[in-house]
Amino acid sequence: MSDEAPVVELRDVTKAFGPKRVLDDVCLTVARGHGVCILGRSGTGKSVTLKHIVGLVKPDAGRVFVEGRDITDMPIAALTDVRKRIGFLFQNAALFDSISVGENVAFPLRRHTRLDDGAIRSRARELLGQVGLGGEYNAMPADLSGGMRKRAGLARALALEPAILLADEPSAGLDPVTAAEIDALLVDLKRRSNTTMVVVTHNIPSARAIADQFLFLHEGRVLERGSAEDLDRSRSPLVREFMRAQGAG
Amino acid sequence: MPPLILLWLEAVGRGSQFAFRAFRGMFLPPYEIQETLRQLFELGSRSVPLIAVSGLAVGVVLSMHTRASLARFGAEALIPAGLAIALVRETGPLTAGLLLSGRIGAGIGAELGAMKVTEQIDALEAVAVDPFKYLVVTRVVACVIAVPLLTTIMNATGMLGGFAAETAATGMSLSAYLKTAFGSIQFSDLIPATLKTMVFGFIIAVVSSYLGVNTTQGTEGVGRASTRSVVMSSILLIVANVILVRIIFFFYPA
Repeated sequence: MSDEAPVVELRDVTKAFGPKRVLDDVCLTVARGHGVCILGRSGTGKSVTLKHIVGLVKPDAGRVFVEGRDITDMPIAALTDVRKRIGFLFQNAALFDSISVGENVAFPLRRHTRLDDGAIRSRARELLGQVGLGGEYNAMPADLSGGMRKRAGLARALALEPAILLADEPSAGLDPVTAAEIDALLVDLKRRSNTTMVVVTHNIPSARAIADQFLFLHEGRVLERGSAEDLDRSRSPLVREFMRAQGAG
Repeated sequence: MPPLILLWLEAVGRGSQFAFRAFRGMFLPPYEIQETLRQLFELGSRSVPLIAVSGLAVGVVLSMHTRASLARFGAEALIPAGLAIALVRETGPLTAGLLLSGRIGAGIGAELGAMKVTEQIDALEAVAVDPFKYLVVTRVVACVIAVPLLTTIMNATGMLGGFAAETAATGMSLSAYLKTAFGSIQFSDLIPATLKTMVFGFIIAVVSSYLGVNTTQGTEGVGRASTRSVVMSSILLIVANVILVRIIFFFYPA
């Protein structure tokens, strides 16, 4: 990690939903231009960790910083400014189902830029082209497969050229070829635009391609952190098994 | 497990806070004009057929009942006036309100509920849009504008239905009917009764939005939010009507 101030930082974040403690003293630091992958079995708090970074979930204890600003108790207006610098790909894409796929991608541009309609449509088509959905501008989300919706969600997350990209299982539900294309897109984005990434995935080959740091969550706690090699050599059998079972190397 | 009364009080408190936030949001920027107009079309224009047809039917039935009652006293000449006053003062606003709490309340509850369980509301927040302003306040403003307009349409078609029944029974001309009907209606009959439906619109939108955005437990929860939206907004609307009628009588004694 570089010496500069972290772009994303979670300090001792604890979160419970009812009696269930989902995160327990979780710390995470991501420097600009780096990629961190959050690993762990289902239901260990990976998605909730991502939602803390964009302020969709507030911690019960601990603080969340984005680009040096404490967003934990930030008022909505200020938080909106922070969110404009973050792209978020949801696990189930979360496309707005009352508007077309193209308009989903155009939505952030219409809200937050002064581009005219033609430029917005052109940019949305370009983004859809990047994720292999060039001809689907007018399709409705309900008409797309799960994988196509995921890619459209990624195009929407990239619309404002975010400084930080949070992706919840970007290649889940995709065929191997498309998954590899999405991985390549994310790697290229990180290299070309110096985009900071926090990615949740179960796909270890994808994670190795995208991330330079890993965080392994288990029952809401950080069980292991470090590089892929560190996790491969982890003292925890669970971590080693996870890395092997998911196709190490 | 806290006692039921505490849970109920907590729910009332949360609901009241939500309603206050929605009311304040109507007057504070950003105004989301485009989305409000879209909602006005979706909730308002699309409700016109239901309201118009219902108004027509209510007018016919009301006219027949009025005739049956007034004929006993030989006061058939008062039928258009009686119908107009009954329709404009109470039947039109309340019927329109209840019909719209079904049509609009169910729609808002289900739509926002579905958006909640599919994380679309989270997605709005993630793209730096305030979902309360974008989803709730726009619907509240649209309902506050649409319900009085739809009530006026119901009053108009109700009068038309009353005329149809009257002319079928007595052959009364339209001009004579309208002259008798409108001759009896005063400002205090029409305006306060119509304006009170702005409150109905507020109640329908706030209740159904609140239940929609607080939906849990997947698609089953969406169905429950939709049903509860209709039930809760109808009950609150009827209770509010009693209070509003009392207030109107205070300012405009009969």
